[in-house]
Amino acid sequence: MFTPAAKAMAEKLGLKKGRANLEEFADTLQALATADRNLVAVTSDSRGSGKLAPYGKALPQQIVEVGIAEQNLVGITAGLAACGKRAFGVSPSCFLTARSLEQIKNDICYSNVPAVLVGISSGVSYGALGSTHHSLHDLAALRAIHNVTIVVPADNFETREAIRFAASATRPVFVRFGKAAMHHLHSADSKFEAGKALVLREGRDVAFIANGETVVHALLAAGALAEQGISARVLSLHTVKPLDTAAVLAAGRECRAVITVEEHSVHGGVGEAVAATLLQARAGVPFKIVGFPDEDTVTGAQADIFRHYGISMEGLAATARSLL
Amino acid sequence: MQSVVKDRPMLSDHQLALKAVALRRRMLRLIHDAGAGHTGGGLSCLDILNVLYHRVLRVTPGTVDSPTRDRYVQSKGHCVEALYAVLSARGYFPEADLATVCRYQSPYVGHPTRKIRGVEMNTGALGHGLPICLGMALASKMDGDAFRVFTLLGDGELAEGSNWEAAMAAAHYNLDNLVAILDHNTLQITGHTRDVMSNEPLDAKWRAFGWEVRIVDGHDYAALTAALTAPHPGKPLFVIANTVKGKGVSFMENVGKWHHGVPSDAELAQALAELDAAEVKVERVALNALSSGAIQASALGSTRSTSKS
Ligand SMILES: Cc1ncc(C[n+]2csc(CCOP(=O)(O)OP(=O)(O)O)c2C)c(N)n1
Ligand SMILES: [Mg+2]
Repeated sequence: MFTPAAKAMAEKLGLKKGRANLEEFADTLQALATADRNLVAVTSDSRGSGKLAPYGKALPQQIVEVGIAEQNLVGITAGLAACGKRAFGVSPSCFLTARSLEQIKNDICYSNVPAVLVGISSGVSYGALGSTHHSLHDLAALRAIHNVTIVVPADNFETREAIRFAASATRPVFVRFGKAAMHHLHSADSKFEAGKALVLREGRDVAFIANGETVVHALLAAGALAEQGISARVLSLHTVKPLDTAAVLAAGRECRAVITVEEHSVHGGVGEAVAATLLQARAGVPFKIVGFPDEDTVTGAQADIFRHYGISMEGLAATARSLL
Repeated sequence: MQSVVKDRPMLSDHQLALKAVALRRRMLRLIHDAGAGHTGGGLSCLDILNVLYHRVLRVTPGTVDSPTRDRYVQSKGHCVEALYAVLSARGYFPEADLATVCRYQSPYVGHPTRKIRGVEMNTGALGHGLPICLGMALASKMDGDAFRVFTLLGDGELAEGSNWEAAMAAAHYNLDNLVAILDHNTLQITGHTRDVMSNEPLDAKWRAFGWEVRIVDGHDYAALTAALTAPHPGKPLFVIANTVKGKGVSFMENVGKWHHGVPSDAELAQALAELDAAEVKVERVALNALSSGAIQASALGSTRSTSKS
């Protein structure tokens, strides 16, 4: 995934490799379900992709299989939640958020049932499988729907905490993450709160506001920039909605430039949310949205695609230098 | 309006059997080299594609841009490797292109896209092919029954409600130029379809929706050809092709993990050895039939030299 230089920087920054957020999710959900017999997972021939086969074996009464039918999955998840079940609908984000969008909008968000939707293998996790399997639209689509908290965790800690938060939420929650192994980004005393960005590194020249699997690249870029005398702040903006406007405005006011980074279309995602926040508060600064341009997405593995669109230590450091 | 292709000599069952061996080799090598792919469902539908492209579809690399060509939309798009194998063997693009499947900047991604010559629609999200084919079949009717439309569905895929919306509409519009083929291999990712989301009795369901239904052995060329070509006036046709997931490689047959299992070097070698043996058997059966007078020499054709691909 990393270039040799990025690998060396990860070592220098003391970043340790964890596991896939997908695996962290599956274990967290199983632990929660073991403790709470009211928790139900709903899958659409997706328990293997969701690493939930052990869950299904251990807790067969707490999993509902709907077959390859994502619209049905969201409707069923809504119905379970409406009757007091702690329902988690789990399916690849590409299908879950495109095919079932109306069920999400009406049956969950508009009806306001505390269902949780988990979009697995999001973004370009299924890189080489093509655009049918990419979800570069999901944040835009859900941001425009009222009444859903959207969380995009960066590492195992954030994933665990996001799932725990979702399990006790009283309103709809959407969590999406990928399947590549992630580095641990947080110290033991970090505290996760939905709606509050986490500062991974302080800095005054440029601020990277990133989320999900892109955060580690921003952190590496900050390390590389430091070697060139540029100080970069790095925020993990894990909650896309509601947005932590205080953290965003602080970045815009205290740093000379802001760069957003996301595994999503440049349209309708974190970048535009941050831009709107800054501009409407008259906090405009040199600004760049790094994400997926409005084009036929280049093909290849996730790592190739990231590199292609500048989501890499080298690419992000260059973007920062170009803004300063 | 169904009939077999007239623009080229029809291959014998023996020739198709040899082609099938070659196509399986090509598909398995491709998945092995790409390091990704849908092996089990590719092997289960390969004989269907073999019959479609050699005996049924009125389309060739030369007519692939003709507005009146028959259309084939692979709704179970995940089995693109089987389609790539057949299309390359039929000359739609060079076999060498397959070395780039799933690679950076290659147009050959892991699901069908129209960037590839011979691919009619971008598929990969299940439950889209049949509605698209309805639109194509309606367009054909508007143009005076200009062409026929075929799709291939997975049995797990049938859980998508869009299929049943389309099933209703196809009968409503009497689309007798539309054929949906079900790759009835009884498995999906999680396991047996009957355990994941039971969908039987399929024949009664599709009949109740107003379709002509035919049930065939999905690895029998003669039966497939007959089922896909006999007319079905006034009704769309649903062909339930009973297949074996992983067909042709003993250790892959009916084994769930081969849905998207990728063969290791050793597994590929073993699979290829089995296919070599299968080829010898095809030859022996044909020679026995020839010497007993059961078939004519012309039925053997001369595909041996091209079958090793
Ligand atoms: C809408 C949608 N949901 C889920 C998937 C993921 N998926 C790919 S193949 C597959 C199983 C398909 O089973 P089946 O239709 O029986 O195909 P086959 O056995 O012929 O491979 C699933 C769930 C998908 N491609 N599209
Ligand atoms: Mg199947």
